[in-house]
Amino acid sequence: MAIPNYWRSIPQRYRYEAAKCTGCGKIFFPPRIVCDECASRSFETINLSRYGKIVTFTVIRIAPSQFVDQAPYPIGIVELNDGIKICTQIADCNPDDLKIGMPVRLEFRKISQDGTPGIIQYGYKAVPVK
Amino acid sequence: MAGIVGYGAYIPRNRIRVADIAKTWGADAPSYERGLLLKEKSVPSPDQDTITMSVEALRNALQRAKIDAQKIGALYIGSESHPYAVKPSGTVVAEAINAIPDCHCADYEFACKAGSESMFVALSLVEAGQVEYAVGIGADTSQGAPGDALEYSAAAGAAAFIMGKTNVLAEAVVTYSYMSDTPDFWRREHEFYPRHAGRFTGEPAYFSHTIGATKGILEKAGMKVSDFKHVVFHQPNGKFPLRVGKMLGFTPEQLEVGLLTPTLGNTYSAASPLGLTAVLDIAEPGDQILMVSYGSGAGSDAFIWKVTDKITAVQNAAVKTRTLLDENKVYIDYGTYAKYRGKIRMNDNN
Amino acid sequence: MRDVAIIGVGMNKWGELWKQSIHEIFVEAALEAIDDAGVDHIDSMYVGCMSGGLFNGQEHLASVLADYLGVASIPAARVESACASGGLAVKCGILDVMSGASDIVLVGGVEKMTDVSGDAATFALATAADQEYEVYQGVTFPGLYAMMAHAHMHKYGTTSAQLAAVAVKNHANGSKNPLAQFPQLITVDDVLNSVMIADPLHILDCSPITDGAAAAVICSLETTKRIDKKPIVKFTGFGHATASIALHSRSDLTTLTATTEAGNRAFKMAGRTPADIDVIEVHDCFTIAELMVLESLRFFEPGQAGPATEAGLTQIDGKIPVNASGGLKSKGHPVGATGVAQIIEITKQLRGEAGDRQVKNARIGMTQNMGGSGGSTVTHIMEVI
Repeated sequence: MAIPNYWRSIPQRYRYEAAKCTGCGKIFFPPRIVCDECASRSFETINLSRYGKIVTFTVIRIAPSQFVDQAPYPIGIVELNDGIKICTQIADCNPDDLKIGMPVRLEFRKISQDGTPGIIQYGYKAVPVK
Repeated sequence: MAGIVGYGAYIPRNRIRVADIAKTWGADAPSYERGLLLKEKSVPSPDQDTITMSVEALRNALQRAKIDAQKIGALYIGSESHPYAVKPSGTVVAEAINAIPDCHCADYEFACKAGSESMFVALSLVEAGQVEYAVGIGADTSQGAPGDALEYSAAAGAAAFIMGKTNVLAEAVVTYSYMSDTPDFWRREHEFYPRHAGRFTGEPAYFSHTIGATKGILEKAGMKVSDFKHVVFHQPNGKFPLRVGKMLGFTPEQLEVGLLTPTLGNTYSAASPLGLTAVLDIAEPGDQILMVSYGSGAGSDAFIWKVTDKITAVQNAAVKTRTLLDENKVYIDYGTYAKYRGKIRMNDNN
Repeated sequence: MRDVAIIGVGMNKWGELWKQSIHEIFVEAALEAIDDAGVDHIDSMYVGCMSGGLFNGQEHLASVLADYLGVASIPAARVESACASGGLAVKCGILDVMSGASDIVLVGGVEKMTDVSGDAATFALATAADQEYEVYQGVTFPGLYAMMAHAHMHKYGTTSAQLAAVAVKNHANGSKNPLAQFPQLITVDDVLNSVMIADPLHILDCSPITDGAAAAVICSLETTKRIDKKPIVKFTGFGHATASIALHSRSDLTTLTATTEAGNRAFKMAGRTPADIDVIEVHDCFTIAELMVLESLRFFEPGQAGPATEAGLTQIDGKIPVNASGGLKSKGHPVGATGVAQIIEITKQLRGEAGDRQVKNARIGMTQNMGGSGGSTVTHIMEVI
């Protein structure tokens, strides 16, 4: 991802900042400037919960080049406790043990890097909660 | 009195056995295990580095401290494996916990002493009244050259400490530092793996400085070896801390809780700080703890901590170090280890 | 508003066309469509192409293709809606004719995908997903559909064998299509034993990387009176809808709301229901997609498309023949061309020119062309008059 784009999204990737509509309370991650529920344009910043559960998942076995060293890796859709769903890798697990509905927690991880000379891009990955 | 108001640890779940490394290089595994008192070591996944482990350790510390991260006025990370040669690790960590922008930030390097160094400076700023809270982190994903003795021990982990003056868990009674120019271990700019001076890393380096710092702080504090419930030394392997403890007159029981290396490996800047977190996990009010780090090059930072009655309420507020060390671990083979640690030559586009 | 008919179609043999450039592929199909229509000119042109930029380093394709086709002065536009670009080009052409602005319009689609490495092709295709919050995390297109498949299995008990049955049926159909990229017959075991790409999708659950083009000439119904072309096929309905690009932003992962919306709009416009449709081409980029599309269009109740496929209801001689052409799975999937190729297949079926794969008595046909993981869909209903 281009550096300015990555930099803009640091509040989302590092600390899960979302926008909560002051009109109807709907939460948007990433933040938006108009609510698709009530058309309000007024939002407050909130931090999403780090805890949630797996809604669905797969195991990527043929990976894009920047993820080859981690393949095969599970990736899924996780619903956080605020009801927001995100797409995230599921780390530190045996893929065979994963189940829909399993509780997970977000950890801070390296996501990719622009080769060895380029910048390292960080973000969230889910890990199973014991 | 200033001291630790929150602490947290992080250890990756991957382990490689010393025997598997020895097998790859045709070395005699039992002699390494006996010689280093080391069975296995932690290995970071490809998505873990000094920064990610620092964030997780600090999040655990924040769970115990229960403070507003915005009140953290300084954040320091000591490591010999900062992911960037130029670009701070600390800014990423400060962003992740939302300690920005009103925060002083720096990365430290002093071989294995960088972690205690960051704790020392953080504590000093709090004591001086410069900031309300300050963070000191020791973290490393250290590398040993393939086949080198260091490859058997170089491990990964992080420990984070939040220093402050209210709701202190462990008061800093005395601190003391001891150093000299002793070139026992180094890594030149642009080199991938560090070098060391063999047996010279022992007597004139580790032992001389650890003993110097210990004697110095005991004298400064007017205390004696038997005043301490726990002692934590830098632990590059399992053997050195036991031997230095014996030389100074400490009992194995005093060293036991804080000695993690036999199943963790040498986490470099995180080594004695992680030992301290393991001690704090089980410490009781009134316990006095001696911590002495060692960093090649060379020097030692020594701290005397006195545990307060606030400790019992926070010990279970975040994952304990022994849990990270003993539970949920997975063993990897040398091939996976080599892949994870970037030891395999790849095409440029990977 | 004027009625719009389709009077000419053209498509080359799809596959890895190493010797041909993107313009050559397109011009070949376009000339065939113009010849089939028997017209001496076109008034305007719309071409669907997902990513000339990433696959070929060439944008501004409307000018490039008009120039190489030898029609450089006409108004031409390249339209993009990921894998639904071709269907969108057809819709744009219909609107142009309906409005009266143009009378004879060439609608086409093209993608030349093999000029880049597999990794670069994967990257280009992944730009149809949410770059910042899906692709950044390491998801691939098979991965997105695999997550839908897993959710569908979890909710309805859909099986890997039912998914495989889609691939087996589409290859059987494709074996009767001389233009298909992979016309070989396969079995359920072949699919289940093929390499896993993203659980539960095997490589034989996935459509291939393909070079290819497709083109059609459409015009107002009045104009067909001047042309000796029988039977005449006309568009009686179309629908177009969008949904959230990110899969995780959708409330239900087992249904495709843009497909339902686009389907409803086309049915309403044509005054038809699923029961009226004799033959349909749907966007089977992955086997699970065909099942979810058929359920989202209400050809089957939710969860019933898998059992129905296994029971043969979607075969050429089944209750509702689906992807008689072989679908994306067997015919190939040059993304920008796919939506136009669906129109061509329905035209051939309604004209009775589909050869060994002809659906008997096909009078009303439908197409469904989908972008990304379902973020956009274009549907058409066509009838023979």
